[in-house]
Amino acid sequence: MEHIISVLVENKFGVLSRVANLFSGRGYNIETLSVAPTLDPSMSMMTIVTQGDDRIIEQIVKQLNKVIDVIKVVDLNEAEFVERETALIKIHTRQEDRAEALRIADIFRGKVVDSTPTTYTIEVTGDVRKVEACINLLQPLGIKELVRTGRVAIAREPVRQAVAQPRRILKEEK
Amino acid sequence: MKLTGAEIFVECLRREGVKTIFGLPGGVVLKIFDVLHQQKDIEVILTRHEAGAGHMAEGYAKATGKPGVALVTSGPGMTNVVTPLVDAYMDSVPIVVFTGQVPTHLIGNDAFQEADNVGISRPCTKYNFLVKDVNDLGQIIKEAFYIAMTGRPGPVLVDIPKDVAMNKGEFHYPDRVSIRGYSPTYEGNKWQIKQAVEAIHKARKPIIYVGGGAIFSNAHEELLELAELTQIPVDMTLMALGAFPGSHPLSLGMMGMHGSYASNMAVHFSDLVIAIGARFDDRVTGKVSEFCPEAKVLHIDIDPTSIRKNVHVDIPIVGDVKTVLRELIAMLKATPNGHSIEQRKPWWTQVNEWKAKHPLTYVQPPDALIKPQYVIDRLYQFTKDKDPIVSTDVGQHQMWAAQHFVLNKPRRWLTSGGLGTMGFGMPAALGAQAAFRDKLVLCIAGDGSFQMNMQEMATAVVNKLPVKVFILNNHFHGMVRQWQDLFYEGRYASSYLDTVPDFVKLAEAFNAVGLRAKKADEVDGVIKEALKADKPVIVDIEVDPYENCYPMIPAGGCNHEMILEDPPEMKRGEKPVPKVAGEDKDAVLTA
Ligand SMILES: Cc1cc2nc3c(=O)[nH]c(=O)nc-3n(C[C@H](O)[C@H](O)[C@H](O)COP(=O)(O)OP(=O)(O)OC[C@H]3O[C@@H](n4cnc5c(N)ncnc54)[C@H](O)[C@@H]3O)c2cc1C
Ligand SMILES: Cc1ncc(C[n+]2csc(CCOP(=O)(O)OP(=O)(O)O)c2C)c(N)n1
Ligand SMILES: [Mg+2]
Repeated sequence: MEHIISVLVENKFGVLSRVANLFSGRGYNIETLSVAPTLDPSMSMMTIVTQGDDRIIEQIVKQLNKVIDVIKVVDLNEAEFVERETALIKIHTRQEDRAEALRIADIFRGKVVDSTPTTYTIEVTGDVRKVEACINLLQPLGIKELVRTGRVAIAREPVRQAVAQPRRILKEEK
Repeated sequence: MKLTGAEIFVECLRREGVKTIFGLPGGVVLKIFDVLHQQKDIEVILTRHEAGAGHMAEGYAKATGKPGVALVTSGPGMTNVVTPLVDAYMDSVPIVVFTGQVPTHLIGNDAFQEADNVGISRPCTKYNFLVKDVNDLGQIIKEAFYIAMTGRPGPVLVDIPKDVAMNKGEFHYPDRVSIRGYSPTYEGNKWQIKQAVEAIHKARKPIIYVGGGAIFSNAHEELLELAELTQIPVDMTLMALGAFPGSHPLSLGMMGMHGSYASNMAVHFSDLVIAIGARFDDRVTGKVSEFCPEAKVLHIDIDPTSIRKNVHVDIPIVGDVKTVLRELIAMLKATPNGHSIEQRKPWWTQVNEWKAKHPLTYVQPPDALIKPQYVIDRLYQFTKDKDPIVSTDVGQHQMWAAQHFVLNKPRRWLTSGGLGTMGFGMPAALGAQAAFRDKLVLCIAGDGSFQMNMQEMATAVVNKLPVKVFILNNHFHGMVRQWQDLFYEGRYASSYLDTVPDFVKLAEAFNAVGLRAKKADEVDGVIKEALKADKPVIVDIEVDPYENCYPMIPAGGCNHEMILEDPPEMKRGEKPVPKVAGEDKDAVLTA
């Protein structure tokens, strides 16, 4: 089964390679991986999408925790979460296809972020199914280049806790 | 106070209580060696190869329980120490290896003798550091020792560029460190320990399966108390020998591929396996899907990844063996259950039957070739009152030593289990001897393995480390030859070593003592003579080259399906007939 794992790590050199080594050395698979610093610049958040049965996922989580530069590991599949991915899709457009391209982008709330007489670059963000559906529809028009960020995900805040946090309420009152 | 990096290094080691460093210099670490040369607190043992230094650090650590330290140069110095690093990682040995590195401004330029030390060692260390600023050196060294020694112990590498060693910086050595991503669990979960107590009370056919973790945790007293309190028999892994007294009536000796018949039968037919600091290695479990099929498994281990890695665990307890056993024993005492011991009587009868049915024996006919088991047995008889430390190389001789050299105390047994590194034995023995100058240190070696690090005989002689090396010389990679007999129809592909070198002459060339036994009635004599010498000794013992090591569970077999002797269908191909070194050269060449 597919799992999305959030890994909070020290933001220093070599950490990415420690995590990547762990996966390659033990024959686990990384489907997507994204890394960026957190609010606290001394830490980074990695979002790793991987596959495995329960036993393998349990080992992956334990092995990640064992890495000294890893501060916290959360298997997001244990609860509700929101995931997003962004794709930048550069398509060839013949004159007669340009309107169709815009229409498809529109359906997926995509934005045109660059345009030339023969190309559009469309940015689309959403869960992986949406991004892939958009790519599939654009494909017949002729995709010239495609880049995807890989997925990021965050746990949904349980409602009860949200109420208990006074700072958030203050913000809403404003 | 400002000090150079090299001075900071030495000061940190002094504060860490390091007494001995094993190493070999080179351009980028000369400054550190120079500072070491001008002080007296820390002894530097110059080895002949960096692999020797690494294994000596391992032997030192295993024998003392303190971290072993090695210091080597950049490039080839570092790459030579990779095998000991992996060995220490597999066997959880706390060593700290310092490597020199090219100056920081040259890193990445393919400079002379540059290697990506942290990159190469990342998968073979518990953690590693590249020191980029001399002001960080103290903090990093503190963290290195802390990481090596706490939780599941393991090797740590610190890479020190030349300019960091030369530059001056602020000396700062913290008393304690805390690392936010690293906090090993020592206390076991109380609820789980309660489950353990219940399971132990309920069990009718329990067995304790103890591993190296019990030694690292210094838990031999607690282990003895647990076994005696509950009257549960004890199986040991290769790494646990000495954690529980081998001569105790509750001991079934070593389990696994070459373990005793009773130990493997007991674990297979048990209804509760109490695994203590052991990692369910495939040399122990055999065919994993049929490992102790009827048993509940209770597993105490400090490393959560060890739990449920290979086998299903019913009661997992993450924690330190000593801490958890203390709690467990207290709870067992608080809920006495003499009744359960009564009900285990049939189990005991069964275990004793197994013990009696196939004990570890051998026959030494007086005029036949020397049986390797006989040598180990005699060595044990001659030295058991001297409480020796015993190291081994890897192969048949290692297994025979594990079977026949009875160990009653922890930290007396130095062997390479996880990686199975030939050439480990002699340098490991030197490491232990350097820590305990007055103790008897024996190395039981194979003729093949010994040749992998024999250059360290020079280190032994020069540093007056009087280890006694007993080579069980079968002129073969015996363990390989055994597999070829059993599984490759006796075709000895690249396993015959012939009769060079002459180990006695070799000993003499190193200015050590060389002795040889060719007949069974010479064995006692050479042992006595070796023990008398105050120098390093190599004893070349010509053993039966075709002796096989049993019991044996073939790889992938079940624990209760052991081969106990040479099977009748075993084929032996052309049989080289080794002669004693130096005798009848032509016969050797035509054999
Ligand atoms: C030729 C050859 C033949 C072999 N045949 C056999 C054989 O027949 N039988 C056999 O047993 N082995 C055999 N081995 C060795 C085998 O490969 C493994 O190395 C060995 O079985 C592992 O032992 P262990 O489970 O005790 O683990 P170790 O490697 O000693 O691991 C220790 C475990 O304890 C844990 N631990 C560490 N510190 C603590 C602590 N403070 N508290 C709690 N837990 C802790 C660790 O996390 C780890 O899980 C053989 C090796 C060779 C080279
Ligand atoms: C460095 C290394 N290379 C190869 C092996 C594979 N191997 C395991 S046992 C063995 C033979 C060991 O021969 P020897 O030291 O003479 O011991 P014996 O089995 O004859 O007692 C070999 C080659 C190993 N364990 N380590
Ligand atoms: Mg041999």
